Amino acid sequence: MCLAIPMKIERIEGDRALVSAGNIKRMAGINFLSNPKIGEYVIVHAGFAIEKIDPKKAKETLRLLEEIQ
Amino acid sequence: MKYIDEFRDNKIANNISRAIFDKARNLGPINLMEVCGTHTMSICKFGIRGMLPENINLISGPGCPVCVTPKSYLDKAIAISTLPDVVLTTFGDMMRVPGSRSSLEKEKSCGRSIKVVYSVLDAVEMAEKNSDKKIVFLGIGFETTSPTVAASLAYAKKKNLKNFFVYSGHKIIPPAMEILAKDPAVAIDGFLCPAHVSAIIGTGPYKIIAGKYRIPCVIAGFEPLDVLQGILMLIEQIGSNSSYVENQYKRVVKSSGNKKATALLDKVFSVEDSEWRGIGRLAKSGLRLSRDYSRFDALKAFSLPEVKTTPDKGCRCGSVLKGIKTPIECKLFSKKCTPQDPQGACMVSSEGACAAYHRYRR
Repeated sequence: MCLAIPMKIERIEGDRALVSAGNIKRMAGINFLSNPKIGEYVIVHAGFAIEKIDPKKAKETLRLLEEIQ
Repeated sequence: MKYIDEFRDNKIANNISRAIFDKARNLGPINLMEVCGTHTMSICKFGIRGMLPENINLISGPGCPVCVTPKSYLDKAIAISTLPDVVLTTFGDMMRVPGSRSSLEKEKSCGRSIKVVYSVLDAVEMAEKNSDKKIVFLGIGFETTSPTVAASLAYAKKKNLKNFFVYSGHKIIPPAMEILAKDPAVAIDGFLCPAHVSAIIGTGPYKIIAGKYRIPCVIAGFEPLDVLQGILMLIEQIGSNSSYVENQYKRVVKSSGNKKATALLDKVFSVEDSEWRGIGRLAKSGLRLSRDYSRFDALKAFSLPEVKTTPDKGCRCGSVLKGIKTPIECKLFSKKCTPQDPQGACMVSSEGACAAYHRYRR
């Protein structure tokens, strides 16, 4: 039940959005997001986007990971 | 898939593993607890234990909401399902959890109206479409899930729905961590803190663990590189004899958490003492519906027959949830207790420690 996956916002309709990951598409509540935009990635859990994924911070983490020797 | 594949790189995983070996070499035995069941699943699935030196012991914690839900909750849920015109809705993981005499799955096969939903939104929709039925949702989950239920209750209130109810069994993670931090039988040297619970609550609630109890805390994502980096960060804190709260999962978790979600939680729920399976009754560790939302509270809306709960026999879920025993130390594990015929909750939910150990054979 705790499954949560990164999905992309495709369309916004009020407090819901169409989100996709690969071939999966579904509607998700976006009540908890500040200023959601099409094309942004979010973590979707139990029918709701619980938070956005920050692309800059993701890049920064990957850079740090690549530096570990 | 984006934000998944790049955090599963084999070469980087091996580099982190070597760094962990190097930094843990002279540290003696180290017990790290992964609080969240999704971490347990990831550790088993990706063979993380095999990438760590022998002196690092990963202990599974109490972070599987289905597993820590007490049997008495399930017995009451079953009692609710026997009431006229009630349709009980639940996350699928709850179906096979054994209650004192039955399970939701067995009750459903006897003709009770019990439906599995993916989201609480499905239960609300069912209530809107079936005004002659009383739709009861089993509210199980930690801070990741409770905001979704709060949002649905706010919607039900706005729409003045009279036939939607929630039986709240929601729990809060930090009080359970504090109990474990205090417990000498567990002896934890570092906490790998949950990813998505932290997306909601932020880094603040762990400060007491790192400050008062001097146990390093690292919030980590669920992909294998996240878990490995989280472990490395814990080892570095332990090596330098420091204890603070660090955030490995910065791409999702903000220090302040998600304020919209926590504001809604504060409005819809009130904090109360709550019973955790295997751990006992913990102060201020559960959520009930607040006064403004009490008319949606299933326990208040219905009068239930008296329900007797019997204690567990042989099942060691309690010790597994506290990290005192590993699943393989339970006599029932993979013998009398399997995902097909579970004796305890930890074998039911995919995030349960016993289910993860069984499925991936450690």
